[in-house]
Amino acid sequence: MDENAIVTKDLTKRFKDLVAVDHVNINVKKGEIFGLLGPNGAGKTTMIRMLCTLTYPTEGTATVGGYDIVKEDGKVRELIGLVSEKMIMYDRLTAYENLKLFGKLYNIPKATLDERINHLLKLVHMEKWTKSQIGTFSTGMKQRINVIRALLNVPEILYLDEPTLGLDPQSTSEIREFIKKLNEENDTTIILTTHQMLEADMLCDRVGIIDKGKIVALDTPANLKRMVAGGNVTSVDVNVTNLTPEMTAALKDMRNSISVVQEGESHLLIRASGDDAFDDIVDTIRQRNGKIASIKSLEPSLEDVFLHITGKEMRAEVTKKVKTYDGGHGPGSRPARRGR
Amino acid sequence: MGIVDVLRHSFWISWKDLVDLWRNRMALVMLILMPLFMMVMVGYIFPNESTLEGSPIGLANNDDGPLGAAFAQQLSLVAEQTGMMELTDRDGFDDIKEGILEGELFGGVIIPQDFSANVLSNGTQGTIELITDQSNPQMSLTLEGVLAQVIDNLGTQNATLMVKLGLNVSLEDAFTIVKPYAVESRGLVPGNPSYFDFIAPGIMAMTVMMSVMTGLPHAISYEKEFGTLDGMMVAPINRMAIVLGKTLAQTAMGLIQGLLVLALAILIFGVTIQGNFLLVLLLLILGVFSFVGLGIVITSFAKDEQTASMVLMTLMFPMMFLSGVFFPIQQMPVFMQYIAWSLPLTYATSALRKVMVLGADIPSIGTEIIILLVFGVVLLAIAVPLFKRAMKM
Ligand SMILES: Nc1ncnc2c1ncn2[C@@H]1O[C@H](COP(=O)(O)OP(=O)(O)OP(=O)(O)O)[C@@H](O)[C@H]1O
Ligand SMILES: [Mg+2]
Repeated sequence: MDENAIVTKDLTKRFKDLVAVDHVNINVKKGEIFGLLGPNGAGKTTMIRMLCTLTYPTEGTATVGGYDIVKEDGKVRELIGLVSEKMIMYDRLTAYENLKLFGKLYNIPKATLDERINHLLKLVHMEKWTKSQIGTFSTGMKQRINVIRALLNVPEILYLDEPTLGLDPQSTSEIREFIKKLNEENDTTIILTTHQMLEADMLCDRVGIIDKGKIVALDTPANLKRMVAGGNVTSVDVNVTNLTPEMTAALKDMRNSISVVQEGESHLLIRASGDDAFDDIVDTIRQRNGKIASIKSLEPSLEDVFLHITGKEMRAEVTKKVKTYDGGHGPGSRPARRGR
Repeated sequence: MGIVDVLRHSFWISWKDLVDLWRNRMALVMLILMPLFMMVMVGYIFPNESTLEGSPIGLANNDDGPLGAAFAQQLSLVAEQTGMMELTDRDGFDDIKEGILEGELFGGVIIPQDFSANVLSNGTQGTIELITDQSNPQMSLTLEGVLAQVIDNLGTQNATLMVKLGLNVSLEDAFTIVKPYAVESRGLVPGNPSYFDFIAPGIMAMTVMMSVMTGLPHAISYEKEFGTLDGMMVAPINRMAIVLGKTLAQTAMGLIQGLLVLALAILIFGVTIQGNFLLVLLLLILGVFSFVGLGIVITSFAKDEQTASMVLMTLMFPMMFLSGVFFPIQQMPVFMQYIAWSLPLTYATSALRKVMVLGADIPSIGTEIIILLVFGVVLLAIAVPLFKRAMKM
């Protein structure tokens, strides 16, 4: 009990007929970064909202920092910080005013609050923008302020609901580094939801894969990947010097093809299932006179884990969500396969 | 987590809302324009005088005798002296009717053919006919009143003259014999309140309460939809602080509007405040308090901002007309009076009117104050638990 920051017990949320979160039992250890990975509508946000005391569970319960989320919601609130899906910022207030407002709600004495605001602004390199209205900021700048807003009360437990959604690659990696640093230096327990495999892989000590409200797998990223390593999926990075759209299309049409994604001019990231997958890929390219410069076998990713466990692709459902900037996937992550 | 904390948190929340409003030029302009429109509209569409001014009236003298001509002359004299009417000569009923239909005349006066004969030889009253325009009842009523009085005065003058000559008494004694009784009406305060003095307090109360009632659900559902409400909900603050903070900001905005209405009423329409200005403010705030629970209930039930606004408008509209803002409640049908007495706006309006028009102080509006307080407490007692629940669904 002591080493757990969060313990859920059959935590369930129903919206009329829909079971958004379905009897979830997880423990989040103190000081770890715990990832909730799942496609749109999996129930990640609903789960976070219950653990933040923003919504009641319909069944089951959970403790956060040892306090019951329903009966001791006041106590829970003192321990937590929330970066939700929607930014909690007022556009017509300056960065400083926004932070001050929320600081005041936590009864932080003025001197301490000012000190903390300045410190946090420096950490995210926003000290120059203190007196500018949030409405004039770019999404990345807003999100930096939004993240430090959640840290004003120095929370023991921080919830991050898709913190890099809609950010460009640079902001994304800065936010990720910031999260990592926060966890290492302050020992803050972090619960992070994402539908990006790479993010979960990079940041999380343990990942719970959630699908249709149920936790379908829970382990360290390494263990999860090991689980599918023996599975029958081939992932390769092929460099075809004379790559044509026809070739890509043909690879997609292969009977055992799972996903084909082009990266740059000549690289294809291909995943296919079955024993003959590797041969099929090579044959398909050769038949169209493709010149293969190199083939690298890729380590299984969390995406493969998801596929392995649920038997379905995660990406196709996911991409419609990405809002402003498509680079949110970050370097190395792959955009969706079109169509079905 | 005491009451001080609640107040402090609500102060910061309302600070935020007011800064936000201050920097939102469009909203600020609307805030100021709304009461302006309201006042000008109400101020000018409602007749604020019950006298005539330069109204075109047709006069047809069909009498052959001396009295008709004398009467016509006297009437012209009155018209000239008071400036109330502009008389034009007409032939008779048909001619006057045509004039009214064509919009040239507001009404007419006909001295019938046998007017002199009736008075002088037949021993009967000489009847003057007034022609009124039924399509404009307000004007007809005024015209009728004014003309009847003028004609009555003319009759009195004649009679007084005759009595003086016949009894050989002074003009004053003769007048006393003809008109032994006089009426003098005296109000509770000096001066002569106009219709505008009557409606200004109600319009003020209405403006403030409407502003808060429509503003509050908007402000809360808006933040809920945008997700910023979560920032407050996830902080370890009393849920009441959120409602209170929002209400404070909305009340401040409402009061600004109410005071604008008051300023306009004073400057343009010559309304005066007989009572204490602070008491007026207090009543406005009390009016908001009495009502704010209903706004919270609606916010709690409505799914989104639009639904909330719609429900509120539907409720506000009849309330405006049933609360005695424009018409005295006593003039309504009994059934409607019952409804009126169950609306807080009714009491706010009535108390404000007593203070502003009659200069009443706290003891004389004690009943209203208590009723408003009770409304407020009861509605809030219902609203707060509902709100707490609704925000966590
Ligand atoms: N307030 C609500 N009322 C009704 N249904 C809801 C509500 N909130 C969420 N849902 C439903 O519950 C399910 C889970 O939603 P949730 O937002 O938790 O998913 P998510 O994993 O966060 O997805 P995303 O990646 O899109 O953020 C969805 O089917 C959603 O439509
Ligand atoms: Mg979500």
